[in-house]
Amino acid sequence: MEVVQIQRNLVDYTKSLFMEGFLDGQFLQLQQLQDESNPDFVAEVVSLFFDDSQKLLNELTIALDQPIVDFKKVDAHVHQLKGSSSSIGAQKVKNACIAFRNFCEVQNIEGCLTCLQQVKLEYYLAKNKFETLFRLEQQIVASGGSIPMIEMGF
Amino acid sequence: MSLLHVFGFGLKVGHLLWILCCWIASMISMNWFINGEFKNPKAGLLGDSGSKMWFKCWDEISNFSFKIHHQYYQYIGSKKVCKSLWRKLLFPWVIGWTLASVWIFYYMSSHATEKSKETLASMCEERARMLQDQFNVSMNHIQAMSILISTFHHGKTPSAIDQGTFARYTEQTDFERPLTSGVAYAVRVLHSEREQFERQQGWTIKRMDTLETSPIQEEYAPVIFAQDIVSHVVSLDMLSGKEDRENVLRARRSGKGVLTAPFRLLKTNRLGVILTFAVYKRDLPSNATPNERIEATDGYLGGVFDIESLVEKLLQQLSSEQTTLVNVFDTSNQSCPVSMYGSNSSNDGLEHVSHLNFGDPFRKHEMRCRFKQKPPLPWVAITTSIGILVIALLVGHIFHATVNRIAKVEDDCHKMMELTKQAEAADIAKSQFLATVSHEIRTPMNGVLGMLDMLMDTDLDVTQLDYVRTAQASGKALVALINEVLDQAKIESGKLELEEVQFDLRAILDDVLSLFSGKSQDKGVELAVYISDRVPKMLIGDPGRFRQIITNLMGNSIKFTERGHILVTVHLVEEVIDSIEVETESSSKDTLSGFPVADRRQSWKGFRTFGQEEPVHPFSDSINLIVSVEDTGLGIPLDDQSRVFTPFMQVGPSIARTHGGTGIGLSISKCLVGLMKGEIGFVSIPKVGSTFTFTAVFSSGSSSSKVHKSQQINSQSNTVSSEFHGMRALVLDPRPVRAKVSRYHIQRLGIHVEIVSDWKQALSIINRGNNAIHMVLIEQEVWDRDLSCSGLFINKLEKIGHGTPPKVFLLCNSINSSRGNTTTGACDLTIISKPLRASMLAASLQRAMGIGNKGNPRNGELPSLSLRNLLLGRKILIVDDNNVNLKVAAGALKKYGADVVSATRGIEAIELLTPPHQFDACFMDIQMPEMDGFEATGRIRDVEQNINNRVQFGGLPVDAYNNVSNWHVPILAMTADVIQATHEQCQQSGMDGYVSKPFEAEQLYLEVSRFFQ
Repeated sequence: MEVVQIQRNLVDYTKSLFMEGFLDGQFLQLQQLQDESNPDFVAEVVSLFFDDSQKLLNELTIALDQPIVDFKKVDAHVHQLKGSSSSIGAQKVKNACIAFRNFCEVQNIEGCLTCLQQVKLEYYLAKNKFETLFRLEQQIVASGGSIPMIEMGF
Repeated sequence: MSLLHVFGFGLKVGHLLWILCCWIASMISMNWFINGEFKNPKAGLLGDSGSKMWFKCWDEISNFSFKIHHQYYQYIGSKKVCKSLWRKLLFPWVIGWTLASVWIFYYMSSHATEKSKETLASMCEERARMLQDQFNVSMNHIQAMSILISTFHHGKTPSAIDQGTFARYTEQTDFERPLTSGVAYAVRVLHSEREQFERQQGWTIKRMDTLETSPIQEEYAPVIFAQDIVSHVVSLDMLSGKEDRENVLRARRSGKGVLTAPFRLLKTNRLGVILTFAVYKRDLPSNATPNERIEATDGYLGGVFDIESLVEKLLQQLSSEQTTLVNVFDTSNQSCPVSMYGSNSSNDGLEHVSHLNFGDPFRKHEMRCRFKQKPPLPWVAITTSIGILVIALLVGHIFHATVNRIAKVEDDCHKMMELTKQAEAADIAKSQFLATVSHEIRTPMNGVLGMLDMLMDTDLDVTQLDYVRTAQASGKALVALINEVLDQAKIESGKLELEEVQFDLRAILDDVLSLFSGKSQDKGVELAVYISDRVPKMLIGDPGRFRQIITNLMGNSIKFTERGHILVTVHLVEEVIDSIEVETESSSKDTLSGFPVADRRQSWKGFRTFGQEEPVHPFSDSINLIVSVEDTGLGIPLDDQSRVFTPFMQVGPSIARTHGGTGIGLSISKCLVGLMKGEIGFVSIPKVGSTFTFTAVFSSGSSSSKVHKSQQINSQSNTVSSEFHGMRALVLDPRPVRAKVSRYHIQRLGIHVEIVSDWKQALSIINRGNNAIHMVLIEQEVWDRDLSCSGLFINKLEKIGHGTPPKVFLLCNSINSSRGNTTTGACDLTIISKPLRASMLAASLQRAMGIGNKGNPRNGELPSLSLRNLLLGRKILIVDDNNVNLKVAAGALKKYGADVVSATRGIEAIELLTPPHQFDACFMDIQMPEMDGFEATGRIRDVEQNINNRVQFGGLPVDAYNNVSNWHVPILAMTADVIQATHEQCQQSGMDGYVSKPFEAEQLYLEVSRFFQ
């Protein structure tokens, strides 16, 4: 495949991610932070995010399985998840976390469980999207092209 | 009797009313007391000790009723129980009073019956006695007649009486026997004497019933004398009639008057009785036996009593004949009494029986009296009992209604409280929503603005740069608007707290002035600030919020003012109070630009501070400022003046389109003024202008506020520039207000100022020569008015012999309207454009007078690439428990060239930041598990303090700590929630500031630049 074609695909794909609300401006900021001295910055951060989040999700699943749920702990985990997702600009995960925290506040187990499923769903979706994104980028890099900047004017 | 009754009734009603009154009074007192409790603190605040005393008195008085109510509420507990209890009480109340009134009715009516019975009895007895007396009189007379007969008929031979004599006599003495209708005398004739008797009399003895000659009997009693009225009975044998015979026999046996049973009289056919007396031959002893009496009997005297007519006659004599019915009965035979008088209509009403004694022991008579009419209904009893019942029902109704009313009011109150709660909750929710939404908008906006910042750093052509600038300006406007909304929300949710930092009021006003100077110059509006000398240099308060209020008011003024001026004045409240009376005379023409203005004194007329006698404590630390912003703009239409401080309310919808703005500014200002313990007010005259005035309380910043005034001015000038100190200036300005403003600004530089109003005065002062004038500042208006004069003046100045001629400055309103050097030709005339501010004035003077320019540019705008300059090579610690956040923050700081170290836990941070260390700053997340940012910072500060102390007192060698004797690493909080993290909270825990997460370049710069220079 032509490099230009892949580049166009990447741009289109990224735009679609923004349009569908998976990502927000924070991801662009993140991309801005990546430069020659730190070429894999975004990928590192994102993979760190997924590792961390996977752990948090596991812990959340266990915490909510307990006969007596420690809502403080759950809330702290969700807060973590919310913080990191907002840092990388994974907007949908973040929104799901906000809803989750509301249920935590009122200690609603059913709501929490539903939200956990929602967050997990969003998490896997985001993971898929990001993987696709990075695969495209790698393809560009592999075929010797440069990664195009995403404009903000959409 | 009845009076007593009425009295008792009155007493009962009175008691009821008293109870009612007591109850109402206690209710009122309780309500009043509850209200009073809320009012009490207010009263105390006003220092009204009298009312407190009164409260105590009232407390004593109403203690009892209050207790009752207290118990009532405790005992009854819930309202429902109370209600049902009242219902239960009401029913027995009604029943009880119904029974009571029925009883009262019976009681009173029985009394009435008793009374009428007594009346009847007395009437009856009276009649009976009268009848008896009259009867006795008649009887006595008849007895007397019997004596007469025995004396003159039997005692004399021949008899002195014959029928004619007897008739005449009886006729004439008839009035003595009112009850008898006739008397007759029968003589006892034995059969043996019959023939002789018949011969002697000339007639035969006849039977009574048949009027025929009597058959042979043992003895006879023929009537020989009779009154004319009964003369038909002469010759009749009395023993032949059944009644008469019995009578005669009884009479002669007993020797007393004897009565027959009533019977129909022969002739008249009326009811009557016959009284019979026996006439004896000789006087008999009173104990004579019946046989002796029979033996001695000579004859019998009988009188006919026409009972019916007699009783009628008798009753006619008595007045009350109409009211009573009288019956007279012969009750000798108990089983069937014979009626002697009166109709037989049996009546079951009241009846009284009186016994009559007519002297015949064998016969018994009685009189029965009745009322003719039925007894009248007992109206008194009926009305009384009904009255009581009505009153009781009314009282019951009042109770019922009151209880219902109370219950209703309580219900309403509960509902109201519910609604209030809901409304409050809704309000909080609204504020929360606003805060959240604003925050959610801010976050992406920060991204947008940051990106725009970065975009401007890139290589752009002019058009692109223009677009980006516009975008950035719009974005900043949006953020400013959101900040306003956020402010409003914060204020409404009570989360806004004021800072307490030292600040220079004059510097702040200079800043604001410079902010608006461009706009005012564009519009040709004169802008001026005047701060009273008595306002101390340094104040403690919230400069940012103060600035916000001023900016707001000035922004509004400049928006609506097309000509004239905007004048900001700052005074102490005491000053203004003192001058209130003095200034009232000042004419409206004496304004900055000559245009009329709204009288600012009107704007603070309603302030509480001025209503009090002693507005501030003279020795306390608090400084009461009064700030007025006066403009000559459009003014506010009278109809809209009441809504000025309502949020989102603008004067007419078209204003928003013309001038923009949200209409939230004034409402925020009002809240802020309130937080500063002040008040805000305004006066506005359409087409003339508006004046907004507010007061604010600050505390005195430094002890130097008590030092003499001139020293204060000196210290002010030191901050700006000291090189003008001791110089003298002349201000040529005919308008006192404007001159005052000019003098204020020039004096700040330490320059002595004199004011003159025309050229001549100016020259004379300059020529006086003893005190050299270093500079002359001429108002543009004066200069323009007469150019030849001004030229002359300049010439004269140059010709002054002694010393260097003073520099001449022209004070211009706006640059584009100034003449510049061209008009004045060769003379060196420097133009100072208004608005005057100390720094700008100093710069102009320096330039003109050639005093060394220190070139101290105000860092009003951000130098480009400044962040990179500031952060390059700095060692910065970032603490955040979230790896991703940590990485992103580190990436951002690294991009600006900082050397970043990361830590994920508070404890790590403490270890790393324990001196000696190489860190220049630390960014710390607030919300972390185990140990949050505030706590970690606190610990770090403790450690630093500890080491500082020990180093200071020589306990530790300084060189071991990098020769730093005062360790204080700047710690900045990182937070995503700007509402939660207040400046104050950060300061309390020893933090130096906060930045929002994720980083925004400008904010980061502002915070960081405070530490890295």
